[in-house]
Amino acid sequence: MKLTLKIWRQKNATEKGSMVSYPIDNISPDMSFLEMIDALNNMLILRNEEPVAFDHDCREGICGMCSMFINGEAHGPDRNVTTCQLHMRKFKDGDTITIEPFRAKAFPVIRDLVVDRSSFDRVQQAGGFVSINTSGNTQDANAIPIEKNKADLAFDAAACIGCGACVATCKNSSAMLFVGAKVSQYALLPQGKVEATQRVQNMVAQMDLEGFGNCTNTGACEVECPKGISLENIARMNREYLSASLKG
Amino acid sequence: MAVLDSKIPEGPLADKWTQHKNNIDLVNPANKRSIDVIVVGTGLAGGSAAATLAELGYNVKSFCFQDSPRRAHSIAAQGGINAAKNYQGDGDSIYRLFYDTVKGGDYRSREANVYRLAEVSANIIDQCVAQGVPFARDYGGLLDNRSFGGVLVSRTFYAKGQTGQQLLLGAYSAMNRQIGRGKIKMYNRHEMLDIVKVDGKARGIIARNLVTGEIERHSAHAVVIASGGYGNVFFLSTNAMGSNVSAAWKIHKKGAYFANPCFTQIHPTCIPVSGEDQSKLTLMSESLRNDGRIWVPKHKEDVQAIREGKKKPTDLTEEQRDYFLERRYPAFGNLVPRDVASRAAKERCDAGFGVNATGEAVYLDFAAAIKRYGKELAHVKGLDEEDVSLIDKLGKEIIKSKYGNLFQMYEKIVDQNPYETPMMIYPAVHYTMGGVWVDYNLMTTIPGCFAIGEANFSDHGANRLGASALMQGLADGYFVLPYTIGDYLSDDIRTGTISTDSPEFEEAEKEVRNQLNAFLNSKGTNPVDYYHKKLGKIMWNKCGMSRNEKDLKSAIKEIQELREDFYKNVRVPGTADSFNEELAKAGRVADFLELGELFAKDALDRSESCGGHFREESQTPEGEALRDDKNYTFVSAWEYKGKPSEAVLHKEELTYDNIELKTRSYK
Repeated sequence: MKLTLKIWRQKNATEKGSMVSYPIDNISPDMSFLEMIDALNNMLILRNEEPVAFDHDCREGICGMCSMFINGEAHGPDRNVTTCQLHMRKFKDGDTITIEPFRAKAFPVIRDLVVDRSSFDRVQQAGGFVSINTSGNTQDANAIPIEKNKADLAFDAAACIGCGACVATCKNSSAMLFVGAKVSQYALLPQGKVEATQRVQNMVAQMDLEGFGNCTNTGACEVECPKGISLENIARMNREYLSASLKG
Repeated sequence: MAVLDSKIPEGPLADKWTQHKNNIDLVNPANKRSIDVIVVGTGLAGGSAAATLAELGYNVKSFCFQDSPRRAHSIAAQGGINAAKNYQGDGDSIYRLFYDTVKGGDYRSREANVYRLAEVSANIIDQCVAQGVPFARDYGGLLDNRSFGGVLVSRTFYAKGQTGQQLLLGAYSAMNRQIGRGKIKMYNRHEMLDIVKVDGKARGIIARNLVTGEIERHSAHAVVIASGGYGNVFFLSTNAMGSNVSAAWKIHKKGAYFANPCFTQIHPTCIPVSGEDQSKLTLMSESLRNDGRIWVPKHKEDVQAIREGKKKPTDLTEEQRDYFLERRYPAFGNLVPRDVASRAAKERCDAGFGVNATGEAVYLDFAAAIKRYGKELAHVKGLDEEDVSLIDKLGKEIIKSKYGNLFQMYEKIVDQNPYETPMMIYPAVHYTMGGVWVDYNLMTTIPGCFAIGEANFSDHGANRLGASALMQGLADGYFVLPYTIGDYLSDDIRTGTISTDSPEFEEAEKEVRNQLNAFLNSKGTNPVDYYHKKLGKIMWNKCGMSRNEKDLKSAIKEIQELREDFYKNVRVPGTADSFNEELAKAGRVADFLELGELFAKDALDRSESCGGHFREESQTPEGEALRDDKNYTFVSAWEYKGKPSEAVLHKEELTYDNIELKTRSYK
């Protein structure tokens, strides 16, 4: 395949960036999208140019590190995949592909396609845990039976990989799907109930502080989420938040 | 020659750990506040250790090269975690888990360590459930289990095909709580580039901020290396792109012995290599072997027809298929340990029965399981058990609920639907049992420097059983290191803060800067990946699934030449004071180029076959691995002496007082 890539190049957080075009040839449809970028970078290095910086690690769709905005969509045109799981067979010979970083106020660009998502970590630090110490003396794992249906829903929420596609997709740069998923996981499990009130309040407060926008129910995040995290999690977080507010 | 002291406590096996905990020194809570600990790596071992040490009151500095601790490669572990809970009432016990693990490791692991691992395994599950880890449950609301290779009980806890993710997010949540409390200072996008020793003790590290390029000095009273395994020395592996040996290798060069480097796990069920541009291999969880049957065609004509696209696998009748694992190992069938399954697949492919264009793939077939589950569900629901299309539909639903994410991954990569046609799989490098040598306290031969998780060597011998890596990572981090490190740190309560203005830090920083500058100033022509790929090819062809003296000797020579060429002709663009992934990669590949040689040297030295280490010179007439207990019942611990070829071998003899050494049989 022969392609034209239009890629966001930005030297660092302070300098201005711009789109740069790169023609590329000999791309096999079986290559993953990131392997195609590897090929581009190899070419750039041989030409004595600086390669395109991008985040990636596991390359099997679970670490959540890769984060490209491809042809106007987070993680590109395929559904339920991360950028690393996207394959070139989804594109046609001669295509022009636009590649940008995940853009949001709370995700400043570090270089080229690499953004700083530490705001996500800080939201988790505000309450995304159960306050339990490691002792070896906690109660037996089977002491509290958990309804299968609830355990499964908690798992579905916990499957979030923290990539930020929801934020990049949302016109308000809202992180409600990300935060809602974590709040839901714990709200659905007995272990999470003890701290439920504080958790949702603290996480939402941090989310606002980081500069994420609000939810206006367009549902775009759910469509673009590589792990299919459901919008129901936002609704559940809103219920949790409301009941926490009533408790004071 | 120095004698390695494993510091295994006295007393009966079952009492060793309890007695040891009772006898070691503790640090009182007030004194913990004035002690700093560095933890490098935030996977299951590093993340759980950092959180637990911080809970205890130590000041923890935690480092990861990724943009968040949640991305460490433990996240990608799929199948599950073992624990001797005996919830299924199928005869499991601490002893049985211990026995299976020692046997599975082909009698090359340390008895006392493995027993302790089995002992704390149950605590791990309790701890994770208390953290809110959503394990799979049955309809009664209790925890569900499945089986993994090499065992005859069902002791594996799981969360779909994403167990590692859920356990890691549990450890990450525990870390987050401590980061929020200020007890862990987190350094994301930082890479450790050297360890600093003061008066012979580990007292800090030199790290590079991967965003700004700044070189930083960090001091502590102890340094914990939890940087994972070195499978990426093969370039193509199931590891993440960034997984590397550098932290472990840097401490090796400063005095930590490196143990059994040649013990590598080649995992039987991975998506086969497709082309030269491939950057990594993807694992299909061992849990699939609960329900998938592995086969190749019985006749070469069918192999040919399939390769040419004239026949489909589903066209072959039962009689035309060779379920080679079931044929060769009737007792364990498709659930033999990984090393055995991998070699059996290689044997069939080498004999010309591989089912794809490259001749390096076998089938993993779910048709029988779909039928079985479909019938079961139809029976439960009172539906027509003879309705073929209904059975098929119901069966696929069950398979989807068990392995949905794995099937989706397969479909995205291969562009074939595994519900309709068997998966094609082939072995790939997955895990390294070898690693930094540690004593019973998980301390390396550098005082104050500890190694945990995959980075150390201790528990899996020559072959790791499935679902045991997660167990070991969390056992080390939650339940072992937090105790044993106290014994060491009890001498440091009066030391006070360690200064970073010492000549030792100065010297270490200078060395780091020199190396980085050397890469940038080498105006060569080849990108870093060029060397990494070449190294990977040497390793795979000559130090892979089967090894022999001639190939190993030539591998050593080739790696030495490649390394020389690397320093002359590598091209690293950009600058040292900016985000520069090529520069980071160059450092990692430089270390792989040294480790690779030690790996081959170790494989050459061990002329027996054991576990994943198969020496062609040492096999039974049936082609099974032949151990040499008389000459090789020891751990090879290598001491660095300037370059890998000069490394000196130290032997830790292994004694088995509670297990009889037997030929490992799964027939």
